[in-house]
Amino acid sequence: MTASNTIRARFQCTFPGFGLDVDLTLPGTGITGLFGHSGCGKTTLLRCMAGLQSAPGTMTVLGEPWQTETFIRPVHKRPLAYVFQETHLFPHLNVRKNLEFGYRRIPAGDRQIGFDDAVRWLGLESHLDRMPVGLSGGERQRVAIARALLTSPRLLLMDEPLSALDLNSKQEILPYLERLHDTLAIPIIYVSHSTEEVARLADHIVMLEEGRVVAQGPLRDTLAGIDNPFRVQDDAGALLEGQIIDLDDHWHLALFRFDGGQLWLRCDHRLKTGDQVRVRVLARDVSLALTENPDQSIQNLVPAVIDQIDPDVAPGISLVRLLAGPTPLLSRLTSRAVAQLGLAPGMNVWMQIRSVALIA
Amino acid sequence: MFETYWDPVWLTLKLATTTTVLLLLIGTPIAWWLARTRHWLRQPIAAVVALPLVLPPTVLGFYLLLVMGPEGWVGQMTQSLGIGLLPFTFEGLVVASVIYSLPFTVQPLQNAFEAVGEGFMEVASTLRAAPWDRFLFVAVPLARNGFLTAAVLTFAHTIGEFGVILMIGGNIPGETKVLSVAIYDHVESLEYTEAHWLSAGMVVFSFVVLVTVYALNGKARSGAIR
Repeated sequence: MTASNTIRARFQCTFPGFGLDVDLTLPGTGITGLFGHSGCGKTTLLRCMAGLQSAPGTMTVLGEPWQTETFIRPVHKRPLAYVFQETHLFPHLNVRKNLEFGYRRIPAGDRQIGFDDAVRWLGLESHLDRMPVGLSGGERQRVAIARALLTSPRLLLMDEPLSALDLNSKQEILPYLERLHDTLAIPIIYVSHSTEEVARLADHIVMLEEGRVVAQGPLRDTLAGIDNPFRVQDDAGALLEGQIIDLDDHWHLALFRFDGGQLWLRCDHRLKTGDQVRVRVLARDVSLALTENPDQSIQNLVPAVIDQIDPDVAPGISLVRLLAGPTPLLSRLTSRAVAQLGLAPGMNVWMQIRSVALIA
Repeated sequence: MFETYWDPVWLTLKLATTTTVLLLLIGTPIAWWLARTRHWLRQPIAAVVALPLVLPPTVLGFYLLLVMGPEGWVGQMTQSLGIGLLPFTFEGLVVASVIYSLPFTVQPLQNAFEAVGEGFMEVASTLRAAPWDRFLFVAVPLARNGFLTAAVLTFAHTIGEFGVILMIGGNIPGETKVLSVAIYDHVESLEYTEAHWLSAGMVVFSFVVLVTVYALNGKARSGAIR
């Protein structure tokens, strides 16, 4: 990665009761998930990147300095867009005027995203003349995203855009976000505390804890890393990317193939053969057997090689990192099970996968 | 007869309008600063702005008379500028009213600006709006009820002014004899009918003003500005 296609952010500061100390080099394309528990500093970091909060440090975006030791470019002069958790649509302007607010403030020559395109991408055609007060939560957030995009930003910052929404609205927004990812070349930094959102959207992930970066890298490797600081949690697990290769209408199942094996998923009526999807396999849903034992209720049996064992992630609990082909997965076992089966790195085992969650 | 009614009314409306316009210009930046600053001078300045609320108008009038008089520094200045002296002139009343009614402009505006909050301003800055742009196209429209309330209260309060005016304006017909002073005059000379007409007019006027202000504030509350 060279300076002209990366985002470089280095901030070091202390706020009352909390410190931020990060030095990040992020890819200049795709979605980077900034992930961690509430209070870990992810929103503060995002605000520092945007310049909404002043903190000593440096910020360089695709070769352009936004903040150096000696100068800070004011927020309104940075080619960025920011989607806030609270949408903050201007209540005195209708949807069209809200969308035009930033659009009209950039030179016509810099408008790379057309007004009608943004309206279409976010499905706002029929809402343009409405006032924000009458919109649903999901609609408001779609307007906020379109309004941000219409400034044709070089960097899009999103601060938990889904967290204030109910489940239905979330499901309504996610496809729009995925489409942005596929259609736009703009790098996005996406703050979230939801593993599921990050797993579904991000390509790259940065995990924060108490204002420090504790893990970062491409999504798949980082989520299934054995040193992943969130490994002890119930939602620790691996992310698999692959394709639907077959549908079994009789049993309502779909066959998913990834680089390293195949899994049956419960079929969602939206799925078609050939779909590219991501699925999540939680560590607690993977148990291990020394032989293939088809004589049981668990249908998904995948051979794998033990890569690493972390014997003490919690009292009596071990975490095993496995490789199915090149794909890493995690299994959470009791330490007694590890000892009784004599598990060790390099061994061939069968993963019995109790449940697989389709996330995209 | 007709003249004696309308001269003070006309003068009062002229004074209140001039004062309101001037105060909106002066009070807006003060209110904006008070609403957003964390400067240590914030509390002292807020107290100075609120002083006319608690001081007897005679105290205010007394000091204004001193500083604007021939020996006061304002008086010296106006004289050297060739304006002459301000006490006992309409211009003097305007200056006094601006000071006297300042809190009635600043406080509603300050509340309205505080209610706008930082969020909308931050959003505007991420949408490329420079500070002035944000102020004019986000803060002012969102605080519009504050402006209406401030204007109505300032206007009404200036109309009801008595003590300060008597102290620095005296009782010159057509120049400084405003409504409240005229009523006082009528009562002094036992012209109760005239006093009644003007007084009852004030009661009705004040009632209408207050209903307007409450209606505006009620609308702002239920208007779901967020």
